[in-house]
Amino acid sequence: MALLSIADALKSAIAEEMRRDPLVFCLGEDEDIPGGMGGAFTVTKGLGDEFGYERVLNTPISEIMLAGVCVGSAMMGMRPVADLQYGDFLFCMMDQLVNQAAKMCYMSGGKVHVPMVMRAPCGASNRGAQHAQSLEGFFTHVPGLKVICPSTAYDAKGLMKQAIRDDNPVLVFEHKLLYGSKRKEKDAISTVTEVPEDDYVIEFGKAAIRREGKDITIVANLLMNYKALEAAQILEQEGISCEVIDPRTLVPFDYDTVVASLEKTGRLMIVHEDNYNCGWGAQLGSWIAEHHIFLLDAPIVRVAAYDVPIPFSPVLENYVIPSKERIVEEARKLMKV
Amino acid sequence: MSKLPDKERALGMYQRMSLIRKYEERIYYLFLEGIMPGTIHQSTGQEACAVGMLYDLRTDDHMASTHRPAGHDLAKGVSLKSMMCEMFGKDEGCCRGKGGAMHTGDIEVGALVANAIVGGNLPIAAGVALAYKMQKKDNVIVCFFGDGATNEGAFHESMNAAAIWKLPVIYVCENNLYSATTSIAITCNMQNPAADRAVAYAIPSEIVDGNDVLKVNEAATRAIKRARSGEGPTIIELKTYRHGGHSRNDACQYRPKDEEKHWFDHDPVKNFRDYLITNKLATEEEVEKIDNNIEADIDEAVEYAQHAPFPQIESALTDVYWEGK
Repeated sequence: MALLSIADALKSAIAEEMRRDPLVFCLGEDEDIPGGMGGAFTVTKGLGDEFGYERVLNTPISEIMLAGVCVGSAMMGMRPVADLQYGDFLFCMMDQLVNQAAKMCYMSGGKVHVPMVMRAPCGASNRGAQHAQSLEGFFTHVPGLKVICPSTAYDAKGLMKQAIRDDNPVLVFEHKLLYGSKRKEKDAISTVTEVPEDDYVIEFGKAAIRREGKDITIVANLLMNYKALEAAQILEQEGISCEVIDPRTLVPFDYDTVVASLEKTGRLMIVHEDNYNCGWGAQLGSWIAEHHIFLLDAPIVRVAAYDVPIPFSPVLENYVIPSKERIVEEARKLMKV
Repeated sequence: MSKLPDKERALGMYQRMSLIRKYEERIYYLFLEGIMPGTIHQSTGQEACAVGMLYDLRTDDHMASTHRPAGHDLAKGVSLKSMMCEMFGKDEGCCRGKGGAMHTGDIEVGALVANAIVGGNLPIAAGVALAYKMQKKDNVIVCFFGDGATNEGAFHESMNAAAIWKLPVIYVCENNLYSATTSIAITCNMQNPAADRAVAYAIPSEIVDGNDVLKVNEAATRAIKRARSGEGPTIIELKTYRHGGHSRNDACQYRPKDEEKHWFDHDPVKNFRDYLITNKLATEEEVEKIDNNIEADIDEAVEYAQHAPFPQIESALTDVYWEGK
């Protein structure tokens, strides 16, 4: 076992896969410039030393090219792991992700495939509206992409290794406040935990129950899972028992674990940092209503960022993003229904 | 003047050019009859670009095409039957009926799925070339695009990457003077939208008569040699002209008649046919025989494709994710 943050766990996952498979390589802006940052959040720092700068490729600031090079090289058998620095830049490469990567296998009648990983740091962190978004829900709407969001160091390693071995394009959403990297972020949560040093993968589509409970099922990802756990502690003192589920991957999504939980609780709350309108919670909520409405004793509650761009001022940002107080408040209301 | 090619090679090139011409003519006819579904963007008039560039590629080299892919695909070796089946939306189509006219291709012969996003194939071709380089292969990829694609951001990003990494990619602009219905003169302040920009990336470039298959082939030979020997990318701008409209609904009313006449008189297929006979590389009879064989092959392909089964409806829900071979 080793004590690792999410940033370190991602690094060891990438390094282990690069050792295992010579076709794996990583690339991005500032990927690993000696004396530089190693991406924006240290994940790839130092990899060039071990693997050389032909497999740790420092690219121009050219997002269309970055994604396109992933698509093209992946079709030729490579396994690119690209770093975007900030998930907000995904919009600069939308054509390559949505029209190209996601559709190549289908348009070719299943003759080609695109095993690529696009790493997208996400979440609000006092950087203003263009370095803040939680876009994981956005990409669940695109058939052909897989979307994952690891929130612990153990998951980060296992899911990243699985993503690199997956034969399809995988978007990895990594929360800035969960990296636990050396560059301290305000409000960051330490994710340093014991992580096995040996090889393991975590299958996609398997949610994790982070806390068991019997009154309310709370499904929350990334930073919001930690907020939900904090809220659950407070609620427990009031006699409200919450089961907190981390979906871990959004495509594929593990509905079964949510359904099994609802069989106990009958109450569903979904919490995400993505904004309310058409976030991934909208899909989960409507799916449960469509297929399992009779499991519910109360309306489904969604706690999400308000439908505004993320503001800079810490006061405003804290207000827009769901807080543990909001989760507690909504849970109390839910119990009164 | 180009050096006289040997007979087998010359007839091989002519056969492919004639195949593309007759294929596109037949497709057009099938559309007029209302037999074929979908839309078409035809390469009639641009046959020399496809054949000249691709004639000397190996099967394990690649080609990345555009929304106007039929000529490129046929020149790279995608089978006529699988092309025709795809046009009819049949299960035996080269994309199993999931691609259509703008996405034909067959990775087995090195033809990537054609790309209907203008400029979308440029960074992908850079990625293919990067993979060759990382895998220490001596392959090359030819990436076609139109004059309009040179105004895309993807063009700039891809050329820059190809240059800094010395990628074995040949970027081929088929400048047919129009981006859909808009003259390139309206949207680009350069005489040669691809070649004039090459200097910005320190990539060598050539401007070539795209309707002269031998001249195109000579430029291709130089660029392939550069790419295979690790010297990096080349930009080739081919001056050409499409005989038909941009797509099936375009009657081409925006093109000056004298301009059309100039280019139609400089027909790549007819000129090469005349060249073969004038230079005694072939007799009228030999050329005629090639043409007749092609007509028969196309008849057979159409007949086959029309009677081939459609895909099972359930197959619409497969191949979203890779399901293994």
